[in-house]
Amino acid sequence: MAQLSYLSPSSVDDAVKALSGASARALSGGTDLLVQVRSGRAKPDHIVDLKRIPGLIGIRAENGGFIIGSATCGAMLSEHATLSKIWPGIVEAANLIGSTQIQGRASLAGNLCNASPAADSVPALITARTTCVIAGPAGTREAAVESIVTGPGKTSLAAGEFVVAFKLPPRGPKASDAYLRMIPRTEMDIAVAGAAVSLALDADGVCTSAFVALGAVAPTALLVADAGQALIGSRLEASALTRMEEAVRAACQPISDKRGTADYRTKIAAVLAHRAAVIAWNRAKEQA
Amino acid sequence: MSKQRTAAIVNGDPVEFLSDPGQTLLDVLRDELHLTGSKEGCGSGDCGACSVIMDGRLVCSCLVLAAEVEGCRVQTIEGLSTGSTLHPLQQKFLDHAALQCGFCTPGILMASKALLDANPDPTESEARYWLAGNLCRCTGYDKIIKAVLDTAAELRQDRKSA
Amino acid sequence: MNKPVKPEETGAILKVVGTRPIRPDGVEKVTGRAAYGADLHLPGMLIGKVKRSPHAHARIVSIDTRKALALPGVKAVMTSADMPDLAAEHYEAGESASNLKDLSANVMARGKVLYHGHAIAAVAATSNAIADQALDLIDIVYETLPHVIDVEEAMAPGAPILHDQLFTAGLGETPTKASNIATKHRLDRGDLAAGFASADVIIETRYSSAAVHQGYIEPHACVASYAADGQTQVWSSSQGHFVIRGLCAKLLKMRFSDVRVIPAEIGGGFGGKTTVYLEPLALVLSQKSGHPVKMVMTREEVFRATGPTSASVVTVKMGAKLDGTITAAQVDLKFQAGAFAGSPVGAAVMTSLACYDVANFEITGWDVVTNSPKVAAYRAPGAPNAALGVECAVDELAEKLGLDPMAIREKNAVRNGVRAPYGPIYKNIGYVETLEAIRSHPHMAIPLGPNQGRGIAAGFWFNIGGESTVNVSINEDGTAIVSTGSPDIGGSRASMAMMAAEVLGIGVEQVRPIVADTASIGFSTVTGGSRTTFATGMAVVQAAEKLVIDLKRRAAETWGVDLDQVVWQDGAAHCLQAGKAPKGALTLAALAGSAGKTGGPIATVVALNAQGAGPGFGVHVCDVEVDPETGHVTVLRYTAAQDVGKAIHPAYVEGQIQGGVAQGIGWALNEEYVFSTGGIMENAGFLDYRVPVASDLPMIDAIMVEVPNPAHPYGAKGVGEVPIVPPLAALAIAVRHATGVRMHDLPLSPSKIRAAIDANKAG
Repeated sequence: MAQLSYLSPSSVDDAVKALSGASARALSGGTDLLVQVRSGRAKPDHIVDLKRIPGLIGIRAENGGFIIGSATCGAMLSEHATLSKIWPGIVEAANLIGSTQIQGRASLAGNLCNASPAADSVPALITARTTCVIAGPAGTREAAVESIVTGPGKTSLAAGEFVVAFKLPPRGPKASDAYLRMIPRTEMDIAVAGAAVSLALDADGVCTSAFVALGAVAPTALLVADAGQALIGSRLEASALTRMEEAVRAACQPISDKRGTADYRTKIAAVLAHRAAVIAWNRAKEQA
Repeated sequence: MSKQRTAAIVNGDPVEFLSDPGQTLLDVLRDELHLTGSKEGCGSGDCGACSVIMDGRLVCSCLVLAAEVEGCRVQTIEGLSTGSTLHPLQQKFLDHAALQCGFCTPGILMASKALLDANPDPTESEARYWLAGNLCRCTGYDKIIKAVLDTAAELRQDRKSA
Repeated sequence: MNKPVKPEETGAILKVVGTRPIRPDGVEKVTGRAAYGADLHLPGMLIGKVKRSPHAHARIVSIDTRKALALPGVKAVMTSADMPDLAAEHYEAGESASNLKDLSANVMARGKVLYHGHAIAAVAATSNAIADQALDLIDIVYETLPHVIDVEEAMAPGAPILHDQLFTAGLGETPTKASNIATKHRLDRGDLAAGFASADVIIETRYSSAAVHQGYIEPHACVASYAADGQTQVWSSSQGHFVIRGLCAKLLKMRFSDVRVIPAEIGGGFGGKTTVYLEPLALVLSQKSGHPVKMVMTREEVFRATGPTSASVVTVKMGAKLDGTITAAQVDLKFQAGAFAGSPVGAAVMTSLACYDVANFEITGWDVVTNSPKVAAYRAPGAPNAALGVECAVDELAEKLGLDPMAIREKNAVRNGVRAPYGPIYKNIGYVETLEAIRSHPHMAIPLGPNQGRGIAAGFWFNIGGESTVNVSINEDGTAIVSTGSPDIGGSRASMAMMAAEVLGIGVEQVRPIVADTASIGFSTVTGGSRTTFATGMAVVQAAEKLVIDLKRRAAETWGVDLDQVVWQDGAAHCLQAGKAPKGALTLAALAGSAGKTGGPIATVVALNAQGAGPGFGVHVCDVEVDPETGHVTVLRYTAAQDVGKAIHPAYVEGQIQGGVAQGIGWALNEEYVFSTGGIMENAGFLDYRVPVASDLPMIDAIMVEVPNPAHPYGAKGVGEVPIVPPLAALAIAVRHATGVRMHDLPLSPSKIRAAIDANKAG
């Protein structure tokens, strides 16, 4: 704490320089970082506030998809009508992160790079096939969102690298997504398990593509290919959902901790994936 | 450790303060500006007792670094009433006995103001979810929710007749 | 003076009592101006912080504070060596008693640390950051010891022993071997064997609950300022500043007159702020440094080192006739005390069967020390744990007998004239009326859907009276000041002002109530035990009545008539004798304005030890819906009826009921201390210690039943504690009826419910 400094660069290049230091931490919403600093779990020398970099906050449509600035807070996502219509699962997932107060601060990049296995927005970003735009000392690169987190508290970002933006791909008609999580209360808790499902349907309601991702049931959020595969070609008939649930349970490798037992997490992941799939399917049918 | 100088607008007035890099907005409000109405119940964003409105958004001031508020507008409980005239929410909280110990009250009032600014006609469920980040251990929330909904109704009536 | 005003006798209509005026301290609290413990700032003030044990149980080999003391900005460092080594001595503090030797060792470890988070040293420094650094510079060598936290494990032979001088009391003869069982309590009546022999059905069951914290939102905070002549001032957020004074003086061997404790506003207590943690340390640090010292706990410290209440295991054997008459009950209560003896198991023993008229019973209780924070009082201490076991057992009995859960309670209900299990004969109780309020409530007629269940449970609390001092004075303009020594936690200033206004016949806005410091008013024990409206309120009424007599005397002298020719009505003296009062009545303002001519200032003090607090009963009904796939419980609706005697300020009485219910729901569903295998609490924050949030709860319908308590001038009974007694059982029973599974271990967390549903299907 004694050497801590606060920097607020106004360009990506300056931020990269500031983050290349010995123990620098990027600050966007700060809702995880400041708690860690206060409790002594994180002891950075520099806190680098990214919010004053142009473009880091905001949402814009581009090439049929969306570019979301990495420091955009959850409340701004839900206030964006088009984003909420096209990607309701991502928006509802982001809006489950903490209270109204947290929503006014917490960002997608923070939720991702804090690298908690239980991060709510990550499964939904994965099923959306989101790409991260990453700035760093070697320039800018892009990477699939599921490649960022490598374990609890660990990311694949190199020193000096930070996420600048999230790119959501173009969305066709009859496609939608959903995210559900289980918490003991109705708000304010960390997910015991979470499941995101993104579907695209043909005119008859048959799934032409399906992605299922899980949170809090493994060291990182999991994209469960078999679970998505189980839904493709189905109209979510019971047999398809059962196969998907089996694939979900098979993929889970949870721990037992203060928030839930491994057995419970596994069972609940399947329940949530089932329910999320039904919600996504109903939403997709409504999409023009 | 060198202190940083920050300028902001707090409750409509320009203020400048020095802070250590690790100090939060809540620390500065309480210890430097002596605005002790914002309370620290947890220091981790879980109780909402430190809620303030920053550039129009409700935040936990314990989760904002003091230096982050450079150029921002911050509204605290001390700025909720107009002179000696209470804000309608404050009056309704008194009318409904919506406080007991009063410690969570400043944060809940600021959160309620942000709610009614964003949604003048919340349902009971909307009010409960909006306020889920503000813990109250005394009241069971019953009278708080009633006071908020009653304020909303009164403000809508005022707007109609205005 | 001892004859209370009885409106029903005099025919007087209450004008203030029973109304809902705005509380006198309200504006301060909605504008952020009210000053709580952490809000005070004094010139030259230092920040004090506590070094805490990283082990659940260890011998302290050495403490080296030299490096910390050498750090620039550090003004004092203390350990238990800086506090007197006290002999065992009992100290009564309202609802909770303390052994001063234990209390001293709890606020600052001596010889051993007994729980993770146990205070072992403290520093005072010029800033937070320096104080933190100083804590890191204190070198402590520990010899770790095996620990035990679970209450039954702590009772088992071979368990790690916390105190080698603790020998179980209550066994008849004193054992020679040290034990973690501090005391065995026992209460019995009748012939248990014969009672069970005459039963048609018998159930045996067991319920447990985890340790839970009071969860006040304001962490403990104080400022102490020690002067060179030994006179000290302490600003403290507590439920009783006189108890803070007493405990500080006793622990530090100071004169009571040298310790002035000024009550800060208190941000919730629920029993947990009836003892000291920081104040003696701040005093020592202030003395050593020569500066005022502020100490404020973090939330994590609050969880690790204060409160909580006991984890408990309750076993119940109960027998009944086919018609529902309970013939015998055997209750066994095992309570975790934390690091030092003194769980509320005694109260649990006394309250466990207090709603039931049972001829034959045997109740045993076990007070067991464990390597966890010393428990503190929490709202009706012990009673919720006991009611969980007994009320669920009664529900099991009703189910086995095919009886309605209301009917079995009505059949066995205690009534006036029945001897309570804990001794006295019940008088003026309102239990049957409270049962009737629930039976006839529309809630009971609402049909339930799939996966929904209804739980009904009753609860009892003694309520207490106790010592209070009140000063009422009339200002020169006829307005009044009511000073008490009772901290206002939930609106008691309002009820004090209302009772004074009622007697004086003036508007409540004419009365200013204040909470006076320990040097400004006589002794008053804690705001706890649901005593303040009853006991301090009784003193307020008596003081106001004394003033009315004084005012009538002054009027009689002014008019030259006998005292019996003067009546006091609507805030004025009226003369009954024709022609003597040509200018009409003498108002309070007129009498106050001429007080100098009629004997001087109009003021009086009443100091009393209030007797006759009426016991309180509550009956709750709760509907839940359980998601059978996730195990998540939604509380759909909740109705709580309670005999309150007379609601002085009904809105704050409802508030007490609603708040108690909310805490009980949290206790039932999601709150618990989770310990690691190393004995460290794993959820020491509001993120994972899950108190109910606004979206977790429905509106809570509070039904006030009013069976007056004749010992109180307006009939008031204590109300604050009863409402937390029934919810644990009400929720457990509702979940049972929603799922078909009976859950025996609180909290009823989703994962436990899902597991129980799965086990039920499999079995």
